[in-house]
Amino acid sequence: MTLAEILASLFPGGHAVTVADGLVSGEGPFAGGRLHVIGVDGDTPLGIEGALALAGRVLDAVRACDRSPILVAVDSDSQRMSRRDELLGLNEYLAHLAKALLLADRSGHPTVGLIYGHSAAGAFIATALATRVLAALPGANPSVMDLPSVARVTKLPLDTLTEMARSTPVFAPGLDNMVAAGAVHAVLDPGKSLAEQVGALIAGLADGDARDRLGAERGGRPVAAEIADRVAERARGA
Amino acid sequence: MAIDRDALSWYEASARQRVDALLDTGSFAEFLGPEERRMSPHLPLFDLPRAFDDGVVVGRGRLDGRPVLVAAQEGRFMGGAFGEVHGAKLVGLLRAAREIKPAAVLILFDTGGVRLQEANAGETAIAETMRAIAEVRADGVPVIGLIGGRAGAYGGGGLIAGTCSRLAVSEGGRISVSGPEVIETNKGAEEFDSRDRALVWRTMGGKHRRLTGGADAFCADSVSAFREAARALIGRAPAFDLATLEAEHARLRNRLEEFGDCRDATEVWARLGVNDPDAVPAMDARAFDETVAGVGGANHDAR
Amino acid sequence: MESLTFRHTTKKPLPGAKPQAITGVVASGNLEVLLERVLPPDACEVAIETPITGYGPVWEAVVADFVARAEPGGIRISINDGGARPDTVSLRLLQGARLMEG
Repeated sequence: MTLAEILASLFPGGHAVTVADGLVSGEGPFAGGRLHVIGVDGDTPLGIEGALALAGRVLDAVRACDRSPILVAVDSDSQRMSRRDELLGLNEYLAHLAKALLLADRSGHPTVGLIYGHSAAGAFIATALATRVLAALPGANPSVMDLPSVARVTKLPLDTLTEMARSTPVFAPGLDNMVAAGAVHAVLDPGKSLAEQVGALIAGLADGDARDRLGAERGGRPVAAEIADRVAERARGA
Repeated sequence: MAIDRDALSWYEASARQRVDALLDTGSFAEFLGPEERRMSPHLPLFDLPRAFDDGVVVGRGRLDGRPVLVAAQEGRFMGGAFGEVHGAKLVGLLRAAREIKPAAVLILFDTGGVRLQEANAGETAIAETMRAIAEVRADGVPVIGLIGGRAGAYGGGGLIAGTCSRLAVSEGGRISVSGPEVIETNKGAEEFDSRDRALVWRTMGGKHRRLTGGADAFCADSVSAFREAARALIGRAPAFDLATLEAEHARLRNRLEEFGDCRDATEVWARLGVNDPDAVPAMDARAFDETVAGVGGANHDAR
Repeated sequence: MESLTFRHTTKKPLPGAKPQAITGVVASGNLEVLLERVLPPDACEVAIETPITGYGPVWEAVVADFVARAEPGGIRISINDGGARPDTVSLRLLQGARLMEG
């Protein structure tokens, strides 16, 4: 689905969401109130200006104190890779955006990620992965790194990696593997109303971070939940 | 056997040596230690050796008699990268901190980011860690990052660092998202020559981060210096609330406005008011602290 | 990866009461050695995981030499090897034994 199609399905009565320089922001009427939308469109890399602008939108929503949900729609590249971004402290800008989303969620604004295209690495962590619940549309392609790059770094033949990727969700790029890891909670049906499906996700929000448990149930992260529980148990002195 | 904290180089020390020497002597107790052999279930598929602790040491101890939880990454094992077990140990520690309410959680970063052989698990664990840090901070427990290892704090490690209440760095403690090699591979050597170590140091190193407010304390490369910094920083951790993030927003916006057209760190330092920017890399910790005191903006609660 | 295990009978137990120790790091040319005081006082076992295959006889000789020198009775030793040279292995084994005595 394109962003325009997504917005039309979310806001059948129209909306005020715009895209400029690959950055998405605005809002529309939703479930008797409104839904804030921020995001990255068009496979755009996320750099310091973009992260700051999106964080500003999120903080505006928190300041408004209306407890409206915030949707983070993502079709991005990875973080912008440049000497200037790193010189100016890209890690702080990306973390700032993630913290703004985490604060919003704590302040009563349910945060929902929606990945409908690509996203990778730091851009993925600062946007979609910083929401309380992350949904995807079929065809979405989140990754940490593509297989040819993994082949370069691990010095393994691409054929071998491609073969391994079929049976080993823990390292392979792609939506199915991110679902298996528990990072993506649900895949939505593009043939049905997104307003209803997003509304249902918000209504069903659970307390706490369910991702490691989902990863265990789905087999993409077999041990993380148990390890985290075991460490917490020891820390409590049990 | 007493450890000489002054003599022990943070950069050279292992994760275990750092933890033992950083905390009050003999106070450290590890959770899921090496004897439990909770190793990566995935590395054997890649025919790679495993470590008994998956490259991170977690546990409890005392700092000046006060209870702390601590996690230390081992930068020499797989570049300190986040794998499934590695990340889950940090996540579990942070979740427990919400209940236990220690005086602080100390994270001794030494990481290149996500372990590619377990990329999806590592990436998700980084997101879980950031959420957990936000929650721990909101509950009033400071999360202090100490960065001075050979792997620095790169990739998702840089984002986690940016989520902490306070950061202490040494000169060797680089903080960044894309590493020099990654930028060079993707954008070419004209964009970033990763073999130019001086360029790497002044663009991503501890001194630049400290001068521009990206870190809150600068340490000489010794365990005692990091111990002093951790003790001082615990007492002045900013809250995790709207006021803090609004202040951070203003701080980062100002940085972009003031330095957005700079090509090199030395230009940034000159504009900050550093008299002799070219002398910064060679300054010892004391001279550097005096320089920091002479410029504005390095000390703040906007994190 | 190759797994190797060597069992030895020793004349005496390793002195000290420390239940376990670990030394070294799994990195290129290095290894980690975990020592646990869990065996009968006249037994020693060394289990090795190494990514470099085909060096069984070298490991066997290095371990036999260590056992003769340290008499590590009662100790189970587990090694994660990152491709260490034999002299590094010997050094780490002796370091580990000293840690258990201390």
